[in-house]
Amino acid sequence: MAAMTRRLLLICLLPIVVLAGTKAFAAIEVQDFDDPALMQRYEDLTTRLRCPKCQNESIGASNSPIAADMRARVAALLRDGQSDRQIENAMVSRFGDYALYDPRLEARTWLLWGLPFGLVAIGAGVVAGFVLRRRRLEDRESGSVGLDEHERRRLEALTSRHAAGSHGRRNDGEAP
Amino acid sequence: MRRRLLLLIPLLLFAVLVVFLYRGLAKDPAARDSALLAREFPAFNLATLDDPDRTLDRSLLEGQVTLVNVWGEWCPTCKQEMPQLLALAERGVRLVGVDYKDTRENGLQFLDEFGNPFEVSLFDPDGTLGFDLGVYGAPESFLVDAEGVIRYHHTGYITPQDVEDVILPEVKKWQP
Repeated sequence: MAAMTRRLLLICLLPIVVLAGTKAFAAIEVQDFDDPALMQRYEDLTTRLRCPKCQNESIGASNSPIAADMRARVAALLRDGQSDRQIENAMVSRFGDYALYDPRLEARTWLLWGLPFGLVAIGAGVVAGFVLRRRRLEDRESGSVGLDEHERRRLEALTSRHAAGSHGRRNDGEAP
Repeated sequence: MRRRLLLLIPLLLFAVLVVFLYRGLAKDPAARDSALLAREFPAFNLATLDDPDRTLDRSLLEGQVTLVNVWGEWCPTCKQEMPQLLALAERGVRLVGVDYKDTRENGLQFLDEFGNPFEVSLFDPDGTLGFDLGVYGAPESFLVDAEGVIRYHHTGYITPQDVEDVILPEVKKWQP
């Protein structure tokens, strides 16, 4: 009896699940191309172009009316034999640079594209400066610089004596 | 002392960044300049809303400054905008309407109900002219100078304040 009820319930619910699925797909129409290469370019373009009405959705993902118009135009221009660049131009000339997710590299945008690299270069320069200065300081402190023969021998004598006979004592207080 | 001042550089950069980001908060993310500014009004060949047999083209916009308003019966904001457009017409501004993605019947009924500030309305049921104008919602308004070049673009609702502060000065500015 319980199995029967469960099956009935399933049969009743099934159309809801199926319909819900089709509803989600119904929002965005399917474009058919004879040529799979065109289909691929259509997919790429509709992901690369941004819906002007929406804050952050590609025209391929948005179900707003303007995105549908743009998809239809992209498909028509593709069938027309236009290049990706021409199709992008057609959209940018109407909807502005906003229509492209990736801004183009041109005189106007070199700062935008170049700034991250510039900042990394500046950062590397600063780090290199610190390292070099540190190294120079260490060289000076290591004693090999600025000591004459006599001083160096005295330094060696002092350090070896320190190492041999003064465990636990921090300061020998030795007079010269 | 100069060393100390150098340490302030990151803080200064951070302050600049904060100012930029703070200003960005107050900006409307949907407000963008039209890609068509300073460009010729796109070519069209459309029937008028009143008379399906009367078609008009770009020459309609030559000779005087015109405010082209894209509207539709389906657009609630357009209804709120009508009093402002009527006021502009009364002040001597030439208005041309584009009935965008609408039916003829609804469009005519709309003008009956809310008044008709337009010298003529073009009927654009498929949104082709709208697409060429980069329109992604209604209302949108384009100010076209006497040479047929788009000089100002207003996205969305023209408030009563905008009439005085923005639209009328722009019309005056582009008067030949």
